[in-house]
Amino acid sequence: MQIAVASGKGGTGKTTIATSLALSLAGLADVRYVDCDVEAPNGHLFLKPEFTESAPAVIRIPQIQTEKCTACGRCVEVCEFHALAQVGKNILVFPQLCHGCGSCTWNCPENAIVEVPNPIGTLERGMALENIEFFRGLLTISEPMPTPIIRQLKKRVYPQPNTINIYDAPPGASCSVVETLRGVDFALLVTEPTSFGLHDLKQMLGIVSDMNIPSGVVINRDGIGDDSLKDTLQDYNIPILLRVPFDRVLAESLAAGRTLVDVYPEYRDILRELYQKVTEIVGGKTK
Amino acid sequence: MKLIISAQNPSLEAQVDRRFGRCMWLVLFDTETNQWEAFQNPGASQSGGAGVAAAQLVVDKGADVVLSGDFGPNASRAFQAAKIGMQRFTDSTTTVQEAVDHFKYVK
Repeated sequence: MQIAVASGKGGTGKTTIATSLALSLAGLADVRYVDCDVEAPNGHLFLKPEFTESAPAVIRIPQIQTEKCTACGRCVEVCEFHALAQVGKNILVFPQLCHGCGSCTWNCPENAIVEVPNPIGTLERGMALENIEFFRGLLTISEPMPTPIIRQLKKRVYPQPNTINIYDAPPGASCSVVETLRGVDFALLVTEPTSFGLHDLKQMLGIVSDMNIPSGVVINRDGIGDDSLKDTLQDYNIPILLRVPFDRVLAESLAAGRTLVDVYPEYRDILRELYQKVTEIVGGKTK
Repeated sequence: MKLIISAQNPSLEAQVDRRFGRCMWLVLFDTETNQWEAFQNPGASQSGGAGVAAAQLVVDKGADVVLSGDFGPNASRAFQAAKIGMQRFTDSTTTVQEAVDHFKYVK
């Protein structure tokens, strides 16, 4: 089973729910927690892994062999991302714009392009609380592209039987979130009853619908705001799987690095029930 | 001398655009003939790499100097490699014509 925890709006409680869901299921199956928020991962603050493996995340970028290059400009023409420019007889490479797709190398009529590794971050693995296998990606500061790291991270946690993969998604509703959602069985959408929470939830509902991923909603900070969230969820016919009340004690405890199930142990059973509902929705089919 | 000015519309009376990579139009002005021509900026609609896309057009049109509000790191690198001068608008620059006049005046 692969579950992504996503939200749209940042700070709604993705990591709060994802970490406590992982802890609640740790006794039932092999649980892998995958922190896909590679620009600002924070799951480690709660699950306290000891990282024992680290590998560079690399994309392959073009290097022009000037002695072979005839400056025909074909590579500049085919680059979708404007990572190449032609100035006179020189081809300029802009590594931070390169997605590593290989089109320039493939299309160069002179075979004048070689690809060289460009490290953009690291992939880490270690064991965390309650025997949770913890994975995270870390984008190097100033590098602009999180998506390749998420893709490489997910390759390391290829789904296995009797294993639950929990993906903590980055905030927002852009490429990095789509990459996190790709191939999962279920999307758990964490929101809050505010205008901002609702606005971004609608974007997420559009994405999961386009990607054909079944989803359900967790309403965090329940009790604030108004009824517009409830009305919208009825319109979309999306189940509400959990409500977590707005609570000062919980907020203070989270800020101190404690988890939801540590503060309120009854959430272990509640989250196991949530997982049960998820498996029913997915129909027992695990990929 | 060929100037290229980032602009919001394709005319000399148009407002300049202070963004280089994301401007809608690039207006080419020849100071010797006083002829001008406007090109749609291919960078305006790109999800990324707008500065490089716009800079490539400026390079391809053979400009000597490019005038805009500011230039990002990628566009700057391309202009330095192509030995194209970069000049920022003054605070009071509003139209393409004014940018051209100011350029001629300080020369």
